[in-house]
Amino acid sequence: MLEAIGVASVDELFEAIPPDLRLEAPIRLEDGLSETECFDHLSALAGRNSHADAETCFLGAGMYDHYVPALVDAITQRSEFLTPYTPYQPEVSQGGLQVMFEFQTAISELTALPVANASLYEGPSSVASAAYLALGAGKGRRKLVVSRGLHPHSRATLHTYARGFGADVVEVGLADGATDATALSAEVDAETAAVFVQNPNFLGAVEDLEGLAGVADGGGALAVAAVDPISLSVLRAPGDAGIDVALGEGQPLGNRLDYGGPSFGFFAATEEHLRRMPGRIAGETTDADGRRGFVLALQTREQHIRRERATHNICTSQALNALAGVIYLSWLGKRGFVEMGELLARRTAYAQEKLASVPGVELLHGAPVFREFAVKLDAPVQDVLDRVSEDGIAAGYALGRDYPEFEQGLLVALTERRSRDDVDRLADSLARAIEATRGALVSPSETRTPEAEVSA
Amino acid sequence: MSATPSPPTNADTPTAEQRDAATTIYERSVEGRRAATLPPLDVPERDLADLIPPKLLRSDPADLPEVSEPEIVRHYNRLSRRNFDLDTGPYPLGSCTMKHNPRLNERVAGLAGHARLHPAQVPKRAQGALELMWNLERALAEITGLPHVSLQPSAGSHGELAGLLLTRAYHEDRGEERHRVLTPDTSHGTNPATVTMAGYEVVKVETDGRGGVDLDDLGAKLSDDVASLMLTNPNTLGVFDENIAEIASLVHEAGGTLYYDGANLNAIMGFTRPGDMGFDICHLNLHKSFSQPHGGGGPGAGPIAVSDRIAPYLPVPRIVRGEGSNGARPGFDLSSDEPKSIGRLRGFQGNFGVFVRSYAYLRSLGADGLRDASETAVLNANYLLARLRAGRAGTYLPLAFDRLPMHEFVLSGAPAKRELQAKTLDVAKRLLDYGFHPPTIYFPLLVDEALMFEPTETETRESLDELADAIDSILAEAEQDPGILHDAPYTTPVRRLDEAAASRKPVVREPASE
Repeated sequence: MLEAIGVASVDELFEAIPPDLRLEAPIRLEDGLSETECFDHLSALAGRNSHADAETCFLGAGMYDHYVPALVDAITQRSEFLTPYTPYQPEVSQGGLQVMFEFQTAISELTALPVANASLYEGPSSVASAAYLALGAGKGRRKLVVSRGLHPHSRATLHTYARGFGADVVEVGLADGATDATALSAEVDAETAAVFVQNPNFLGAVEDLEGLAGVADGGGALAVAAVDPISLSVLRAPGDAGIDVALGEGQPLGNRLDYGGPSFGFFAATEEHLRRMPGRIAGETTDADGRRGFVLALQTREQHIRRERATHNICTSQALNALAGVIYLSWLGKRGFVEMGELLARRTAYAQEKLASVPGVELLHGAPVFREFAVKLDAPVQDVLDRVSEDGIAAGYALGRDYPEFEQGLLVALTERRSRDDVDRLADSLARAIEATRGALVSPSETRTPEAEVSA
Repeated sequence: MSATPSPPTNADTPTAEQRDAATTIYERSVEGRRAATLPPLDVPERDLADLIPPKLLRSDPADLPEVSEPEIVRHYNRLSRRNFDLDTGPYPLGSCTMKHNPRLNERVAGLAGHARLHPAQVPKRAQGALELMWNLERALAEITGLPHVSLQPSAGSHGELAGLLLTRAYHEDRGEERHRVLTPDTSHGTNPATVTMAGYEVVKVETDGRGGVDLDDLGAKLSDDVASLMLTNPNTLGVFDENIAEIASLVHEAGGTLYYDGANLNAIMGFTRPGDMGFDICHLNLHKSFSQPHGGGGPGAGPIAVSDRIAPYLPVPRIVRGEGSNGARPGFDLSSDEPKSIGRLRGFQGNFGVFVRSYAYLRSLGADGLRDASETAVLNANYLLARLRAGRAGTYLPLAFDRLPMHEFVLSGAPAKRELQAKTLDVAKRLLDYGFHPPTIYFPLLVDEALMFEPTETETRESLDELADAIDSILAEAEQDPGILHDAPYTTPVRRLDEAAASRKPVVREPASE
């Protein structure tokens, strides 16, 4: 090969690197491993994580332990889906492009909004992407009004991005679990580009999307809703409630927990925002012989064509994760999807009542809930969680870190995998843990404050 | 050359796949069919309207397909056969680093301890995951020569945004306000798009006659209003800019940061490091140099590595390592207690499943293996170039900048267009008939009719020979009858598609069923 190139050694190919920048010694990494050694090493690391097969998981907070059907793995592991790049050559990418088209259709159906893209990175950054769209559409409006019911990570991400956007973010509080519509109304003004809410919100409360969209609309701002896609089986669709942009975290749709990623974000909007949408969009067309086919549509919005005038900088989408999503929705199907929503609504109601009957547990708010709900413990939350974990149960998400106003709050999530028996076990375990924790608190030697736990 | 037998030059007899018209999963739907069975209701069957106010409930169910499991499997298997993929054949897509995706990485990512770990699991019960992330951070710090790493960004573009937000925080902390970011005219489109998103104004820097940054132009455009220069090195021409040390000192003298777009890191691993070149901030594409499968366009991950002066601003949460006492293992935790941090860029800890795959890749290769990968990638690119130049490509598709490239190179199809009436697009489409994925085309923008080849270390000498022969054969066809190329491809599931129509009157979903 060197002879064909016309050099005497491989080193000559690296001569453009100035000698003083060339590494003298090898970089310090551990030696390479054989496949079996590498497997064993990774396996040992994995063994040190407490995962959802090893304990009964009531953790939610945006990602949920739904069953991922076997056919999702079988299809997404096919080389033809796993190993190609973005479909820049559509003639040999019809499979991936049609999947995007089907995915967009499914998201459009779920949200009742006419146009959807082929996916974004994940949930919270999709919220920030909606802000970028709204600021572009808002002709000089620089204010973003955000409900505190929006996921803390979404709000944090929005604050980060807003520094670049040159926008101000104003948060509006909750009133008995749901977004305080009066406070929201007071914040929305002629400077407001968009209003952000989440449904169900972070505390599990079902929001009045139509009312909140009305507030946004009244101020000439866009109404943006982050939604749990599973909830769209039974809850009012954003498009039917006057929402302009609906987006969300796609993990509940056939994606693994994966300690938080990769998953996908979905993004749908009213027709007027199509040409401002971020990310890839597949469109239908025909080939030279008149056959139906699919291509990347509206590429003139995108960074590789429009560069500094692009509607977003995103290049990679989450094609494989979105494929899992569309397979999952087909697997559930029209009826199964609704059955899932009804099952979750009823399980949530049962769990809410069951836990509220435990001494030392009361509901954190009185708003209607779907799939997740918040309770208040009359004991230090982390102590209780630690004790419950000894029974093989991850009881939920401690709210104190994100909501100092709910220092004693615990968020409990349901999926179709959490049975009535699981809920009953959780209630029993919580009852024992709370009692034991209160007992322990009596003894000064074991007193630990919640603050100390949070910072530990 | 030209030993390759030519594929069909007409589509008079459609292939089986061409006869099979595209049918969506919605069109396969038949009322009443289904795949999933859910667990039975084991709690009281309450009326939903008693639980949630009816005005907050959905009136019409979402119109999802009604199909059985075998139909779903057949449908998506059929679609999969309408994709070309890396496991089928060479995929020399420039700047995308289409290297082999080891299946071990899929296996370890799928272990329950990884795949089934809830992101809100408390750190003390996710020690294996945090240790893996810590180890990956340390390895990336060593590879880049930049000591502080955040794995959080989800892709290269996300890493770029992080880099400019870090730059903004760094300058603001020093009481400086800067408005401009420089990018070369050869840069990836994500660079200028990111500049705008991060609230800066793009200023383009010219390329000199050798394919590097034009130092005079850089000097003229640098000022105390410039926040950063974003560079790829080797750049998108595959050219290593040997003036990098001078560029770095010019940028630093002007008070700016130097940003490294890691898309082309695959050329230099173990040979030189962005940190040693003077870069302050660097993103890495785990889906390029570190073997995460591209998935048809994601997922990926775009960790960032930074120098000491940028470290205080890194995104949160950070992974922190505590010393184990009395011989115990060190403990790992997530910390958000970083007052100068730019904050979060996304939810939870990042694309952990991607970290697992790339960590497995790094542990499999080690330092020597990584250096071998870069060496072979550069050798392969130069060999492919030499083979092409020895044939008709030497005449019709000359090298845009005549010097030894590194892991990728850019040809100009201008002579082919002028002398053979064969545009770069035509050559690319005909290459599909030969069973190869085309190179990146029409990029970088400053090269007329550009074709950008990056074969990666994955290809063998034999597969590179076959690719060179195919290009030569296509140019021979064009010499005979350029019409063969104009009408290509002939054998793909669909033939050349009307992309303009899809944007003029966009149809972006299946029509609603009403």
